[in-house]
Amino acid sequence: MSLRSLSCEQSLLARCDGSARFKHGETSVVAAVYGPGDVKPNKEIINKATIEVTFKPKTGLPGCAETALEKILQDTCEAVILTSLHPRSSISIILQVEHDDGSLLPCCINACCVALMDTGVPMRGFVCAVACAVQQSGEEIIDPTLEQEQSAAAVLTFGFSNESEIITSHMIGQIAQEKFYSALSFASSAAKTVSDFYRSSAEKKLSKVRSCMSRNESMK
Amino acid sequence: MQQELVGSVVLPGDVVGVVRGDVELKLGPGVRREQDKIVATKCGVFRLRKPNMYWIDINQKRYVPVAKEHVIGIVTGKPGENFRVDIGSSQQALLPFLAFEGATKRNRPNVQIGDLLYCEISVANKDMEPELVCVDGSGKSHGMGVLSIDGFMFRCSLGLARKLLADDCPILKTLSARFSFEIAVGMNGCVWVKSKSVTNTILISNCIENSEYLGIDEIEKMVDQLVQSAHSY
Repeated sequence: MSLRSLSCEQSLLARCDGSARFKHGETSVVAAVYGPGDVKPNKEIINKATIEVTFKPKTGLPGCAETALEKILQDTCEAVILTSLHPRSSISIILQVEHDDGSLLPCCINACCVALMDTGVPMRGFVCAVACAVQQSGEEIIDPTLEQEQSAAAVLTFGFSNESEIITSHMIGQIAQEKFYSALSFASSAAKTVSDFYRSSAEKKLSKVRSCMSRNESMK
Repeated sequence: MQQELVGSVVLPGDVVGVVRGDVELKLGPGVRREQDKIVATKCGVFRLRKPNMYWIDINQKRYVPVAKEHVIGIVTGKPGENFRVDIGSSQQALLPFLAFEGATKRNRPNVQIGDLLYCEISVANKDMEPELVCVDGSGKSHGMGVLSIDGFMFRCSLGLARKLLADDCPILKTLSARFSFEIAVGMNGCVWVKSKSVTNTILISNCIENSEYLGIDEIEKMVDQLVQSAHSY
């Protein structure tokens, strides 16, 4: 049971403070982060940063479903960002769906997390998300495609922290309680692939910096 | 502290050390103490300056004000007895009228909206808006104040600004061997350059922007290339 091929591109947008494109197979989401920046007085919180998420679907105007996704993403990000270090500021995250081939919510969560790390917002950890589709037959599929999601009895999305604790849990559909816990344990082991991927992509991104540093030091 | 992690890439949440009663540690940006563990809060390269200063090198674009740092700001307003200055942080900073060399209540400094100021941050904490001054404790300006309109200001990443402020910055050494110019670097990623001609100013600013990820030998080549192409044009 494995994920589709993951791919990630960082700092792709010039104007924002940090950005990332994250792909699970064909599903592709771009996340842009601005912050810590100015916040409107009616939205400011005295002791924490205000996290604003805007989710833009591939086609059509954002509606209620998009607002629900924004709330899930905002709560996930609040769990990992050290908001108390930037009171009365705002951290704005904008997500744009480029292509949806299933596992959209985990792809969005992962794109958010990588974009936040790219920006340099202080975080207490990172979040790795995976989806698990439970078919009518009871079979569990990790990182389902759109077709597999549409034929499933339930689609569960879980976000895990560094220590594999659950940060986010989201479910559409109905399944038995034991199935929920078995899907959760499959997702938990699959999330390690995502966290290893974060580490290898951070090492690739910083490889030029490190080689430049070591070259300059050896020349001194 | 985990010595094997020094020089390698860490992610937020990675434990980089433990607190021991007998060892004094200095924690810089990107690392913080959580009970008895030292934890990374940013994704970057874990660095050590011997004997005991640890931090995470990360190249951010957004500036977070820290007291005693020098920044370049743009004047955006004159509320009350202060100037409001945009230094790129989440809130605009305040600079009192009297914090200029030789300024008194009668003798106001000649600063207009849109002027560039090179100043020092006197107060910076997460709960208040930052405050700036253009004098030191004894009333001397040491080069701080309005930057002349003949110069050109451009923005770069915070990492490049820190490199430029290092003692032995290779790009500035290479450029100063070829041009004569005046430069002011703000820790907020703003760089102001002034030289004899517009071509030279543009050349210098392009060289600085290009030099961010180049090694010392590559910098010389890049500068030579740009100078040659400018002169042939």
